[in-house]
Amino acid sequence: MNAEKLKELRLHANNVRKMALEAVYSASSGHPGGSMSVADILTYLYMEEMNVNPSEPDAKDRDRFVLSKGHCTPALYAVLAERGFISKDDIKTFRHKDSYLQGHPDMKHTPGVDMSTGSLGQGISAACGMAKCAKIDGADYRVYTVLGDGECEEGQVWEAAMFAAHYELDNLTAFVDFNGLQIDGDIREVIDPTPFDKKFEAFGWNVIKIDAHNFEEIEKAVEEAKQVKGKPTAIIASSVKGKNVSFMENKAEWHGSAPNKEQYEQAIAELDEIAKEIGGVE
Amino acid sequence: MKYNVGDKVATRVAYGNALAEFGDNQNIVVLDADLSGSTKTATFKKQYPDRFINVGIAEGNMMSVAAGLATCGKTVFASTFAMFAAGRAFEQVRNSIGYPHLNVKIGATHAGISVGEDGATHQCLEDIGVMRTIPGMTILNPADAAEARLAVKAAIDYKGPVYLRFGRLDVPVIFDEDYKFEIGKGVELKDGTDVTIIATGIMVPEAIKAREMLAEIGVSARVINMATIKPIDEEIIIKAAKETGAIVTAEEHNIIGGLGSAVAEVIVENCPVPMQRVGTRDVFGKSGKPVDLLKEYGLDAETIVEKAKEAIAKK
Repeated sequence: MNAEKLKELRLHANNVRKMALEAVYSASSGHPGGSMSVADILTYLYMEEMNVNPSEPDAKDRDRFVLSKGHCTPALYAVLAERGFISKDDIKTFRHKDSYLQGHPDMKHTPGVDMSTGSLGQGISAACGMAKCAKIDGADYRVYTVLGDGECEEGQVWEAAMFAAHYELDNLTAFVDFNGLQIDGDIREVIDPTPFDKKFEAFGWNVIKIDAHNFEEIEKAVEEAKQVKGKPTAIIASSVKGKNVSFMENKAEWHGSAPNKEQYEQAIAELDEIAKEIGGVE
Repeated sequence: MKYNVGDKVATRVAYGNALAEFGDNQNIVVLDADLSGSTKTATFKKQYPDRFINVGIAEGNMMSVAAGLATCGKTVFASTFAMFAAGRAFEQVRNSIGYPHLNVKIGATHAGISVGEDGATHQCLEDIGVMRTIPGMTILNPADAAEARLAVKAAIDYKGPVYLRFGRLDVPVIFDEDYKFEIGKGVELKDGTDVTIIATGIMVPEAIKAREMLAEIGVSARVINMATIKPIDEEIIIKAAKETGAIVTAEEHNIIGGLGSAVAEVIVENCPVPMQRVGTRDVFGKSGKPVDLLKEYGLDAETIVEKAKEAIAKK
């Protein structure tokens, strides 16, 4: 990845984080921690990788994305706005009555949302259905999904994992946003779902481990997944919950609570500082 | 596939046959959870193996996989026993299929107490009740093989989620090839003036039998086949209540939440008349031969006659 591209992606991701926080702050509700940890993955997929077109969001041959960890919808809406599917002005209507930006992804009302999710474990199954559909039709689109690490405590995730391997869904790539925290605390203390790599391997998946905040590693893993034949790929992405907002980083309490005005302004100031460091303010 | 009146055919068999018959539609994909021999989706699989997917014993996953396929434009049938379709996978049906109103047809077989020997764990008497609470869910409960075939065809032509309820037991074919099926429409099978029996599924032939028994004691009973439980045909219910002044419902389901509840809701809001419900009375089933169980739990013509007399007495 050249320096120009890297800088561009980092700026996009920074915008995504800012908009995700704007959404949660405007709603006084939502899930900022996981939105910050998943921001770089979503940015890479929507701004660089996926064959999607905001002017034709339902195109039959488009790549698909399912946010299996549906509560991180602030980051999804933010990247959809960054990519041009929805208006950036609408971000502040998140979770407001009568807004089309529902608390969890709603495919019926939000352009660019490929599947309604929010109940954990179901999104990866739906992604399996999409990938299987491409196989039935001989279509060459790819399907991406992001699981939460805590989400992997749901049994349905492993039903889907079995299905994807059995049907050799090599057009399916699942990220695990491995930030180590769930609502009640450290995932290893709540009910340990690790090791993810050995589990997915045992279920018959190709497994790649990366740093979720390193675009070059994300790119390399996504490219490798495209080359693998006969197996789905799980990208275990080690991340930081609350990434790039100092007071949110690695704090379970920011899983599902909104910042107050002072905290929001501090967070935005910190992200603006990062934008300056990257070398360009939008 | 034609069925002859008087033949005995389980509606699940008609389901499998109908999938195969209408399966030349390339958009149709059929899913099953390791029960294809029992749900009869194997009949479709034999003809169209490339569009049949066995998900294994994982009903929750099956419903969400079905949803994913439907987002890509497929007409998906997801099949398992009613207990696991409506029970175990309720939340996947609600959130992955119902909320986005996806084009998934849930082919639920082995509904009701007539499952027989397997006993209470497999005798689903709650499915209509729970499915009815999902906004936008259509519920079809055909009475015989001929109607089951037409219900499958109607479900294919309809865009949106449909719950189709089929049975394991061989039941008499009562409808000939002139019978017309329309989603949302009840059908008046026999006219009458003193009471109306509104029946669904395998209770329809029992309702017809009950009408004959009532006629012998000078009671004129109307019989309505209510194959669509949701959206319920309010018009035909209100008309029956006004014209006959008493209603009896009959279903192979708990009296809580099913046809009886759906009809009662219409009646109390529009034209209150005396009403009685025939169904299992808030109890679990047990092992036994289907015919013996149907009798023991009051799912027969004799019980319908008793309830009809009670309703008429309260006029």
